[in-house]
Amino acid sequence: MEASEAKSKKQGASRLCCLCNQRRPVLKRPKTLQQICKECFYEVFEEEIHQVIVKNGLFKSGERVAIGASGGKDSTVLAYVLSELNRRHSYGLDLFLLSIDEGITGYRDDSLETVKRNELQYGLPLQILSYKDLYGWTMDDIVKMIGLKNNCTFCGVFRRQALDRGAALLKVDKLVTGHNADDIAETVLLNILRGDIARLSRCTSITTGEDGPIPRCKPFKYTYEKEIVMYAYFKKLDYFSTECIYSPNAYRGFAREFIKDLERLRPRAILDIIKSGEDFRIATTTKMPEQGTCERCGYISSQKWCKACVLLDGLNRGLPKMGIGRARGGANGDHHKETKKPASAGRSLESKQCGSLDF
Amino acid sequence: MQLTLEFGGGLELLCDSEKIHKVNVDLPNGVEELTMKDLLSWVRTNVIKERPEMFIKGDTVRPGVLVLVNDCDWELSGQLETTIEDKDVIVFISTLHGG
Repeated sequence: MEASEAKSKKQGASRLCCLCNQRRPVLKRPKTLQQICKECFYEVFEEEIHQVIVKNGLFKSGERVAIGASGGKDSTVLAYVLSELNRRHSYGLDLFLLSIDEGITGYRDDSLETVKRNELQYGLPLQILSYKDLYGWTMDDIVKMIGLKNNCTFCGVFRRQALDRGAALLKVDKLVTGHNADDIAETVLLNILRGDIARLSRCTSITTGEDGPIPRCKPFKYTYEKEIVMYAYFKKLDYFSTECIYSPNAYRGFAREFIKDLERLRPRAILDIIKSGEDFRIATTTKMPEQGTCERCGYISSQKWCKACVLLDGLNRGLPKMGIGRARGGANGDHHKETKKPASAGRSLESKQCGSLDF
Repeated sequence: MQLTLEFGGGLELLCDSEKIHKVNVDLPNGVEELTMKDLLSWVRTNVIKERPEMFIKGDTVRPGVLVLVNDCDWELSGQLETTIEDKDVIVFISTLHGG
């Protein structure tokens, strides 16, 4: 007893949780710098997400909603919290887990095992779609052909479309992803660094693709990564945490590190970057790409063929560099001069490096 | 002193894929109590087997690595100044992996 008292003294037992004033605090909230206990942490964490869902009208009663589930921390916590809130506040949602198997041995096969356990733990039906079935190629095959440069471009483009196809298969009304506040701040920065104005203007939207077949939303838009990881740790949630074996991910890595350095100095920086992203106004003189549909597969595209079809065509023809980078070429360039749209619109089609954040 | 170190969120890959390490740490000469600062440099030398830059940056953990001492956020106990006692459990979790 004495030992444990001494120990708690060391950890500042003189102070109590800022919220309940009763229990020992276990966590400093990055958002508010409050010191709070485990019980109050669970409560504010869940309640804030509920408020985000309600204030932004993310769901309607009776909707079918797919959770993009990678087995990682964010989507695991999202699946857990969303099924909890759905029950507690009677959202009336039918929830599903949707996972994409990119075909990466030693990475995705292991993380899919986590998702399969989540299926049982949370009682949510799981749908898995593979690149092999959708495109005829696994990421292992693709890397064998193209090496470790640009492979994240393929993966990101393919995953985005795979999630949409999976959502269509499940006949869901919405797709939710586990993007957290840190991810969004990082994406704002990256879009500035790349001059990608089209993405900059939409990357902070909590819901995107409302004009498309399946809108996507991000209930963790204002949720700090630190709190997601702490929540998963305290609740002992079962998640998978290994970096993709094919992802050197240098550019995004720098942005991520910068965000984390800023957070250490001033945790509010993350919310402030999101705010800056939200408040950007794009000059009306800026040319934005027009959205149309891919002539080949019917998927939304601002060019004749969507990025996935261009990349896939390159792979199948043994010309995998086609469609990579900003150079024109392939179906949307030299071979199809009849295309009416200016090829410069292709800039906005640049894929996000490393698609792991697409989950 | 006997300590339990736990590595999670991918950090275990830096130390032979073992999540839990029961270790015995001696106080540095002339020092009366062990702080997290001392412990981090001990861990860096004795436990981390590869890519130490994923764990340490400067004299502290890399930003994005969470630290808990006896299940309490080390930001509440003084971070590097936190004093460590016999039988303490120190948890390191990386948040830097995709989700």
